[in-house]
Amino acid sequence: MNRQIFKHAIRGVVFSASLCISFIANAALEIEISGGSAQQLPVAIVPFAQVATADQENISTIVSADLRRSGLFRVLETGGVVNHPSDIMQIKYAEWAALQAQAMAVGVVETLPDNRLKVTFQLADVLKQTQLTGMQYNIAPNQLRATAHKIADVIYQKLTGEVGIFASRIAYINKSNGRYALRIADADGENPLTMVSSKEPIISPAWSPDGSKLAYVSFEKKKPIIFVQTLSGQRTVLANFKGNNSAPSWAPDGSKLAIVLTYGANSQVYTINADGSGLQQITKSSAIDTEPTWSTDAKWIYFSSDRGGKPQIYKVSSSGGEPQRVTFEGAYNVSPRFSPDGKSLAMIRNDGGKFRVALQNLASGQVQILSEGSQDESPSFAPNSRILLYATRVGGHGALAAVSADGRVKQRLNESGGDIREPAWGPLLN
Amino acid sequence: MNKSTWNTKLLSGLALALLLSACKSTPMVDKPASVVDKSPATATKPADATSGADTSAVKEVSIDGHASASGYNPLKDPSNILSKRNIYFDFDSDAVKAEFRPMIEAHAKYLITNGNAKVILQGNTDERGTREYNLSLGQRRSVAVKKSLNLLGVQDKQIETVSFGEEKATEACADEACAKMNRRVDIVYENE
Repeated sequence: MNRQIFKHAIRGVVFSASLCISFIANAALEIEISGGSAQQLPVAIVPFAQVATADQENISTIVSADLRRSGLFRVLETGGVVNHPSDIMQIKYAEWAALQAQAMAVGVVETLPDNRLKVTFQLADVLKQTQLTGMQYNIAPNQLRATAHKIADVIYQKLTGEVGIFASRIAYINKSNGRYALRIADADGENPLTMVSSKEPIISPAWSPDGSKLAYVSFEKKKPIIFVQTLSGQRTVLANFKGNNSAPSWAPDGSKLAIVLTYGANSQVYTINADGSGLQQITKSSAIDTEPTWSTDAKWIYFSSDRGGKPQIYKVSSSGGEPQRVTFEGAYNVSPRFSPDGKSLAMIRNDGGKFRVALQNLASGQVQILSEGSQDESPSFAPNSRILLYATRVGGHGALAAVSADGRVKQRLNESGGDIREPAWGPLLN
Repeated sequence: MNKSTWNTKLLSGLALALLLSACKSTPMVDKPASVVDKSPATATKPADATSGADTSAVKEVSIDGHASASGYNPLKDPSNILSKRNIYFDFDSDAVKAEFRPMIEAHAKYLITNGNAKVILQGNTDERGTREYNLSLGQRRSVAVKKSLNLLGVQDKQIETVSFGEEKATEACADEACAKMNRRVDIVYENE
């Protein structure tokens, strides 16, 4: 199989609603996928030989789920094949070619003398009968899931030419039983962990670019205050000025944040160093200026403002200056988010009374409405810019949804027993 | 007081607030607070399989506040107009309606008489729109009430305007009567 051909095939796909998969793992988040590429690449992920860790989920199950969720792969059933190779030398290619697999992954998990695990995996081109790639990981036993996501990323990257995001994490707010919790989970919704919980609202979580901490807004002191918290639990006040302190957004290099302060007046955009020093006012208006977000090159801060009457998106130099209006279509555009590849701007548009995720191509100016809800908010790009995660409402409660940047693949993440909202997709970790 | 004097006062007040606040900008490191409802999910879960980065344990922090002091409080006497604390707004409006004037005047009088008393004006919105934008809209309303108090002679140092946006809104309002209750400013005295 030729990688170039497959990449071309992905770009040439036509929308198809044929795929509708839902699965529930042991986790709190349930994922439902709809849509998908019409020309999905058929792949076989052979169950890994993992006798020593038979109590844990097979790596192949996790990898298969990741690849399915991307909408770009048709993961084949392997149950009908008698021989399950765990090494590329054992593959009887004719059997897998008969299944129409174009690529296949095999692997093995072994226990090392120090009780760590050795995970070996290989990816083969079934038609050419050659190895495409192979990796070996020596890991602690509790890193099996994380390793499976890394393997899925390797397969995704090898077969599509784009960076995979399965090993990244997401943050979101769960509200249940009157309590608010900031949680982080794997990108597949597994391993949800509570970072902080409070009986007062928590909003606007934002990952630092290195993924080591989150900034967020907590109302625990009867007003919005911005905190920064490391994943290991060290919690610092970033901004507690008179009035509101909200909407934190990290600069791409992590050295400072754009924030919104009010003092005794309307919301205005400021920048502040990550250690809380060096406060600088960026916008100076009597209108609302809020929801700052940095451009990928750090030159601009995009924000929403009602300075022209209805809320629209503007940009201002990240060192201050005269803002320029960015959106002209639609009467209400807020919540700008810059794509990591710098090519597009996501926002929430009031589309005839329905608040939906819209994506503006920065080169052409063209806007596409991507979501279908009526109260969608908080768009957040996957680190490879291909997927947008956002908050929506399902049956009267908050849920998360994701849509591919081309609008073709849609997913919903639902956590039973609570409202979930305010998603933020974390960076790729090396 | 003519308008330009008022503006100057407001601006110098703002500048002062800015200066004072700037002094506070060094971050305060809270000790990792005592964990109250530590769930089993907070056990060490390394995030990354192969690199040394980010394998630190995720620890939950609990931040519940303290119960407020009890005792008789005239501000909470139901027979006193000072116990009235909610100012309601029309849709997409920050105009303070005439019906709330007696209540605002009573609070202004109390604040002028009790120079050490401080109020926090908490703005709120209904659920329509995004959370951060609504936070700013709620702020617009609390600023409108602050201006009313200022015009009645209350000093800036006694007023803090904040917003809860839509966070305190009754969720999934079915009708306007419900949504209307969410569009309000609450007057809260410090240490209540």
